[in-house]
Amino acid sequence: MSGLITSSLARKVVMALSGLFLVIFLVLHVSINLASVISPDFFNEASHFMGYNPIVQYAMQPILIIGVIVHFVMGFVLEAKNRSARGISYAKYQGSANASWVSRNMIYSGLVILAFLGLHFYDFWVHEMTYKYIEANPEDPTRYYAETVEKFAPFWRTIIYVVSFGLLGLHLWHGFQSSFQSMGVNNKYTPAIKKFTKLFAVVVPLIFAFIALYHHLNPITH
Amino acid sequence: MKIYLKIWRQKSAATKGSMVQYTLDGVESDMSFLEMLDVLNEDLINKGEEPVEFDHDCREGICGTCSLMINGRPHGPDSRITVCQLHMRSFSDGDTIVIEPWRAKAFPVIKDLIVDRTAFDRIQQAGGYISVNTSGRPVDANAIPIEKDAADASFNAATCIGCGACVAACKNASAMLFTSAKVSQFALLPQGQVEAADRVLNMVRQMDLEGFGNCTNTGACEVECPKGISLENIARMNREYLAASVKG
Repeated sequence: MSGLITSSLARKVVMALSGLFLVIFLVLHVSINLASVISPDFFNEASHFMGYNPIVQYAMQPILIIGVIVHFVMGFVLEAKNRSARGISYAKYQGSANASWVSRNMIYSGLVILAFLGLHFYDFWVHEMTYKYIEANPEDPTRYYAETVEKFAPFWRTIIYVVSFGLLGLHLWHGFQSSFQSMGVNNKYTPAIKKFTKLFAVVVPLIFAFIALYHHLNPITH
Repeated sequence: MKIYLKIWRQKSAATKGSMVQYTLDGVESDMSFLEMLDVLNEDLINKGEEPVEFDHDCREGICGTCSLMINGRPHGPDSRITVCQLHMRSFSDGDTIVIEPWRAKAFPVIKDLIVDRTAFDRIQQAGGYISVNTSGRPVDANAIPIEKDAADASFNAATCIGCGACVAACKNASAMLFTSAKVSQFALLPQGQVEAADRVLNMVRQMDLEGFGNCTNTGACEVECPKGISLENIARMNREYLAASVKG
């Protein structure tokens, strides 16, 4: 079993499993976000549930944070090992002749997403923790919609979000289907998995970007 | 044709190397790439210079010895061939061709364009075999029924010639296509089942010990493999490895 923790193949599986877990989380996230465009009341309800339900707060949230940390720490570890495995670099290397740009640059799309997560955590998670635990404000199930729309008032923040969603799409384009290969799934379902990956990598970031732009263009007027 | 060459020259494993430029006139389009290098070496010898050392053997695409990175691609611009099958008609008059050895920490340069690929031998020795007792009463291999699909997949994996193009092409210098082909060719056959778990665990352990990188599923290896070894083999190795690890 010790090899299962330290081997190259095990590291691939860790990347795959944590990545797939984050994909599932994205589905939940985009669904709730979409409610902010369709039904602000439902968005408030859902956000309040996520913010105060003990299972979400004390079980799912820590698991999610661990999932994110595992994915990017392992990503860095693998990148460092892979770079050192080359030794002397080629004077001429035609990477584009045999592999896609996205598959070769996962570290860069990943780094942008990580930087975005820093801003995103500051915008929403830090704000939420401060509101609930530091300022110890009372529960207010109606505040979420207005707070969200207000976040997208500055143009710069909206643009950073939209660009980051673009990079998220690129990351998913390779990562989603790649995680199946890493776990040993390459069979008659693989073409379908690859097609679904492309659909997912385009549609989900587009919805995220649409929501950000929608709130920027439709501020709450008092 | 007049060809401009930039070739990696390195006196020995212990010394530092560098790219050296050569100009070669009178190159014929029907020359093989290795013949072109032979002509260059004749020129160098006639001038009293050290010829360029490069690996080659069968010159018919089956031994996997001719390991050259040509213009940033293993075995040059054409697909599904080794360097000895590459011809100068793939290039034009006045072209500059950059020739480098395979680059991987696990494949140290011995001299010029020759690298030490014994890391592959050690991976093979770690489990790429089946133990058969020679009792004097051999059983005809054809007497064991094998599903056609499995036999074909095993044979396809066994066509790997161990050239190392997969490692050279991979941005991570990963040897997973090679190792997985060697794992697969046995894992798919009933004779290979007995030692399947130990085989995959030991071969992967050796692969990691040699210092190859990790696969990130870019698929570059599959594209550059002269024998068209498929990524399905890597998935099979991953399955075999997980199953063997969980079994303990």
